[in-house]
Amino acid sequence: MIVEADGLCKTFRVADKAPGFAATVRHLVRRRTKDVHAVRDVSFALEAGEVVGFLGENGAGKTTTLKMLTGLVKPSAGRATVVGHTPFARRRDFLSAITLVMGNKQQLVWDLPAGDSFRIHAAVYRLDDRDVQRRVTELSEMLDITDKLTTPVRKLSLGERMKLELVASLLHQPKVLFLDEPTLGLDVNAQQTIRAFIRDYNAQHGATVLLTSHYMADITALTERVVVLHQGGLVYDGSLSSLVSSFVTTRQVVIKLRTPVDGADLAGLGAVDFHGPAELKLRVERDALQPTLAQILERLPVVDLTVTAPPVEDTIGHILKTGQSSKRVDA
Amino acid sequence: MTFLRRARAFLEVYYAYMLVYRSELLLWALAMSLPFISMGAWIKAADTGAFPLAPVEFGRYFLVVYLVRQLTVVWVVWEFEYDIVQGRLSPRLLQPADPVWHYVGGHVAERAARLPFTVVIVAFFFMLYPEAWFVPSWTETVACLALSLLAWVLRFVLQYAFAMAAFWTEKASSIEGLWQIGFLFLSGVVAPLAVFPEAVREVVLYTPFPYLIDVPVRALLGAPITLRDVLIPGAWLLVALVAQRLAWRAGLARYSSMGA
Repeated sequence: MIVEADGLCKTFRVADKAPGFAATVRHLVRRRTKDVHAVRDVSFALEAGEVVGFLGENGAGKTTTLKMLTGLVKPSAGRATVVGHTPFARRRDFLSAITLVMGNKQQLVWDLPAGDSFRIHAAVYRLDDRDVQRRVTELSEMLDITDKLTTPVRKLSLGERMKLELVASLLHQPKVLFLDEPTLGLDVNAQQTIRAFIRDYNAQHGATVLLTSHYMADITALTERVVVLHQGGLVYDGSLSSLVSSFVTTRQVVIKLRTPVDGADLAGLGAVDFHGPAELKLRVERDALQPTLAQILERLPVVDLTVTAPPVEDTIGHILKTGQSSKRVDA
Repeated sequence: MTFLRRARAFLEVYYAYMLVYRSELLLWALAMSLPFISMGAWIKAADTGAFPLAPVEFGRYFLVVYLVRQLTVVWVVWEFEYDIVQGRLSPRLLQPADPVWHYVGGHVAERAARLPFTVVIVAFFFMLYPEAWFVPSWTETVACLALSLLAWVLRFVLQYAFAMAAFWTEKASSIEGLWQIGFLFLSGVVAPLAVFPEAVREVVLYTPFPYLIDVPVRALLGAPITLRDVLIPGAWLLVALVAQRLAWRAGLARYSSMGA
């Protein structure tokens, strides 16, 4: 296993102050704090070359876990091992084998072209100049950003900056990529380019990727396996398709009608999501789908009929909100 | 070889970065003109009272104070504080190089970028006050440069040690504000140590302040340099370095518990 989290916990102590003047004075005299359990007993492991989605609502503990795995945050309890190292020791070999890309933080020098920042990266990671040149060319071509290498970073769009952040983060060819919201705030085209890039990079270099994103399209396009956190705890670790299919117990049936029908005609056909003169949308339990479809065809003037599962985004969104997954699957 | 290559990369990149702010550099060079204000007051006073320095010697002293300040100015506490508050330290901690490389690179490169402005201001000074013209010997020049380098290293490490407070408070620079009081009055920026009462001067010479300005200035003006001028700042440097390293280690654990 190239990444292992074993019972990781992180507790932060934060100030606990009520609003108002009296509370402010009380807090000044006697400071009160409370413990926030950001991550609770999280265990999972990644094999070399895997691309895994890391899901959870805001505050679920994803970023804190990523920071523990990259050595920025020391676990309160538990153990992490990444490429054979304890992350918080931050040994050179470890730091040279990983990268963390944060969509809301930048490492490029703001006022200079990215090429200047790449020079610092090359020196810090002890890379050969010719190798760096070759990798910059290769990565910038993959991201379609070759014409932006000499433009000051502050003059670039958000998407262009993120692409160059990715180039900088991958110059040293890390074995493990921790990507924290790499498509945050980007337009659809830029999101698609970055998704394709991550997929190609993984295929070419066999790098392991742990990806967090609030855009479900990132997750569905790139990962087969997801790890889901809810309120700091792990609630699911397994395939994305199993998660969705095990959770979704209904199907949507969309019916085109030849003539309008009365509400009474729909009794026993499932929940009615929409009732129009020419169209009906019904929600039917998956287990009752076959007999219900037979009844619909027998009782209603059907012109056309389609059966669909709810969109993955809606399903995952519901799971993240409630922390509810029908079963926990170990990968 | 790795060290030199890394140093070259940092210096070249940060030199380019500083040149982006060239107009600000001119303003910063002008903004550090306090020694010229002190000079005016002391030349006037020397005309009327009994002081150990003649008016023209006061003129030269404060000109060199200006030069030494240009060579030794440090702002790492504000930069580090900003990096902590903005979360910019995290990406640097993920690289296999101490983040201090960025701060040292920025400071040294800024010195090179500021140099032309300093030369122009010094030339302008001699045009206005030609009586103060003097040419130091090469030994005086080397001694001044060496002591200025020591002063800069001491100043940098001390301020970097103060900066570590940013792990605990968002206003680490307020410590620097307190330090500035001592620096202003005891370093030689406002008054040369030569005009201090003997007993006060002896005490002040055990603090780091005079070695930041007065001692390098006097070296260029031909005053003899003693072993004490190196040993005392060297001892303070050692203390600051140990304090910085201890605070760095404790600070990183603290930073980690804040969420990095």
